[in-house]
Amino acid sequence: MALTQTEHAIIKKAQESDVLEGRHGNNVIITSVDKLFAWARQSSVWPMTFGLACCAIEMMATAAGRYDLDRFGMGVMRASPRQTDLMIVAGTVTMKMALRVKRLYDQMPEPKYVLSMGSCATCGGPYWKHGYHVLKGVDQIVPVDVYVAGCPPRPEALLEGLMMLQEKIKSEALLGKKLAPMMSA
Amino acid sequence: MIARTVNVVNVSERRRTLTFLERIYLPEVMRGLRVTVRHFCVNLWRHTLRAIGMKSVQPGAVTFQYPEVRRPAGERLRSLHRLTQRPDGTPRCVACMMCETVCPAFCIEIVADEVPDPNIEKRPKSFDIDIGRCVFCGYCVEACPEDAIRMDTGITEIGSYSRRAMVLDIDTLLALKSAEENAGKPVDFLQKLLVS
Repeated sequence: MALTQTEHAIIKKAQESDVLEGRHGNNVIITSVDKLFAWARQSSVWPMTFGLACCAIEMMATAAGRYDLDRFGMGVMRASPRQTDLMIVAGTVTMKMALRVKRLYDQMPEPKYVLSMGSCATCGGPYWKHGYHVLKGVDQIVPVDVYVAGCPPRPEALLEGLMMLQEKIKSEALLGKKLAPMMSA
Repeated sequence: MIARTVNVVNVSERRRTLTFLERIYLPEVMRGLRVTVRHFCVNLWRHTLRAIGMKSVQPGAVTFQYPEVRRPAGERLRSLHRLTQRPDGTPRCVACMMCETVCPAFCIEIVADEVPDPNIEKRPKSFDIDIGRCVFCGYCVEACPEDAIRMDTGITEIGSYSRRAMVLDIDTLLALKSAEENAGKPVDFLQKLLVS
């Protein structure tokens, strides 16, 4: 996807305003620190308490004792977006809720990640064609890192998605972190 | 016609006032904690009895250590689709569009093609399922007159970094095997495909 000139300008401005991200290339001195930061980040991803529909029930089941999200360092569900790293969009995003989802995402501190859970959040699911009130994919308003399929996804599927997110965080270590992909239009 | 009497009750009249003990909340908190403590004690009791060799006792609750240990799934679990093949390796699908029509999420897309064999109606030129949009209802399996599509791969953990990678084409769907043939082993090519 080719970016427009305006989008390039926005990315450049954002990169210049970053304190650390993208400032240094591959560097012998900071690589170990980099790895340490990445490890710390991936081992303590705090999700937001944020359920929109039936997927939230599976998210609760994942956080409960039978599957125990705490084993991945993710059991600390925060009730405020200011304290979170991860937004699990669990459920149908209606047009009305989409504005709130966007606002909550904007209130999260960097670095922030989004996991789209279930077919409704990924692309509208059963409301794909005839749902006049449903956003056709949460990636139209926020940049999504991992998609999880299912309706709703089983707890194993959510754990799989969260482990994929950890892999992603590990791969994009602190200093080389790329900017969130620009959304089309 | 059955005559029914409707009792109209004012909601505010029905609500009783809280007693003093309920108002100070502490006894109610204790009551809630009693449930938690009961669960803890019952599980501790069961684990202890089994640890000392009484295997007839019902096992206590344990956490599934997910990536290493998987929860056993039921036989009728609806998991990722697969397309079945004829003995000669061609897909059983005759591109009748039944599954595409019945799909409530419109996630199946079939392009039909002609076949020289007069015994076969049509064949699918392409057969795409958008797993990200699928709601795993199983209607496609019920609608299929040829037993060409099944949901018995046992794969439920499907994650991806992009929406495009979740659209599975006919080659992938034909290559997938049933849960018995997979025998609990992860399907590598599917994982690689989804991560791409």
